[in-house]
Amino acid sequence: MNDVLTQVLVTVGVLLGSVSIAASLIFIERRLLALWQDRYGPNRVGPFGLLQVVADMVKIFTKQDWVPPFADKFVFILAPSVIVASVFMSFSVIPIAPGIQVVDLNIGLLFILGMSSLGVYSVILAGWSSNSKYSLLGGLRGSAQMLSYEVFMGLSLMGIVAMVGSFSLTDIVEAQGRLWFVVPQFFGFLVFMVAGVAETRRLPFDLPEAESELIAGFHSEYSGMKFGMFYVGEYLGVTLISMLIATLFFGGWQGPFVSSIPALGLLWFLIKTFAFISFFILLRGSLARPRFDQLMDLGWKVMLPLALLNLTVTGALVLAGVL
Amino acid sequence: MLSALGQIGSMVRTIWMVFLHAFHKRETIQYPDQVATLSPRYKGRIVLTRDPDGAERCVACYLCSVACPVDCISLQATEDEHERRYPAFFRINFSRCIFCGYCEEACPTYAIQLTPDFWMSEYNRASMVYEKEHLLIDGQGKYHGYNFYRVAGVTIGGKGKGEAEREFPPVDVRTLLP
Repeated sequence: MNDVLTQVLVTVGVLLGSVSIAASLIFIERRLLALWQDRYGPNRVGPFGLLQVVADMVKIFTKQDWVPPFADKFVFILAPSVIVASVFMSFSVIPIAPGIQVVDLNIGLLFILGMSSLGVYSVILAGWSSNSKYSLLGGLRGSAQMLSYEVFMGLSLMGIVAMVGSFSLTDIVEAQGRLWFVVPQFFGFLVFMVAGVAETRRLPFDLPEAESELIAGFHSEYSGMKFGMFYVGEYLGVTLISMLIATLFFGGWQGPFVSSIPALGLLWFLIKTFAFISFFILLRGSLARPRFDQLMDLGWKVMLPLALLNLTVTGALVLAGVL
Repeated sequence: MLSALGQIGSMVRTIWMVFLHAFHKRETIQYPDQVATLSPRYKGRIVLTRDPDGAERCVACYLCSVACPVDCISLQATEDEHERRYPAFFRINFSRCIFCGYCEEACPTYAIQLTPDFWMSEYNRASMVYEKEHLLIDGQGKYHGYNFYRVAGVTIGGKGKGEAEREFPPVDVRTLLP
């Protein structure tokens, strides 16, 4: 009975925690971007502008939820829920603190990769069902980008899998007790970082929603909470990729004093996650959006060979017994 | 290969330089709490000024009204017992005014001037219409020591021909005949 209760508590905790991190990103992103642009950002609502999140939520919940008459209604409504659901599923296999995890899948990494592939459906379905040329272009761009970046996103992680010998994220975190994987798998980290940004469709890889060309792309016909779902889905994706980078390359909950106080693991994990979330926001504030052919060039001509090379060298070293 | 590395280096440098902006001073002026200093020639609310003797500078020449691109100035000229022109009424509709400053440029007597005040919010549209008693101020505004009737050759009561500053008495041209 106690086990079931703990399980339920952890599940609800992870769900609420990830939602509240994603919601707080509305505020954090605007404040951080403002900081890097020598502005203040939202600072009038509540202390330090913290209630801006509440104000935005109230606004988006009370907005008219309008479905365009020319849209394919069923798919149009289905699309935003797919992205949120698929990202939420991925949170279930991430170890948050020693022994705290919704489910310890032995194929956790594969599960996450599979779920992030499902996210493509959301983009392409939204683009198609909106029945508008900008949305369709955005959807096409999004699916092409996400599919091609998925290839080496998976490949870049295979080096870690080869070193640990397991797809389970718990095993991967525990294997980083002495040395974080960012050192032996530095190129894997670089490739995964780039692929992660592309996977969450964040700047500089925000071509599916490029506001200056496509007017928000695949979600330009969306309004109200359905638009909010895409927004939350994007922030959840950022949180997920940051958590994954922290888990796979920076030791997850590993850190000083965790062996004596296990609860400290959660703190280390959150610190690492927020560091990468901030880096995502910094990328948005500093880099320009490439052209679509440049994006594809980078993916297939640079990142894929780099990931393959990394995997080959890692595999050879593991076979030789060095790593 | 080298140029690709150079591009990556340039990107890393960009990211780093943007990051350093976290330690820069913020440019924002927190408006309602902090107010920017506006220069004296800021084009805001319009006033009517007085000359150094305390009389109205406006001579009701209608030039401001003509210059106004949105026709927000209306006035009616009249004369006092000294034949001195002044506006019987002078009305500016600030809900029309675009604060272009053409009236100030057109004014030959420095009477109409724009000030650095722009806090003019009203609940009632009619409250944006300012009459002469709202527009007239006690001082001389931006241009001190100027009195139109003291330098102009116009005769008014108490000042005859040739009595203005830097003006010679009129010459009787017939005395110059040979």
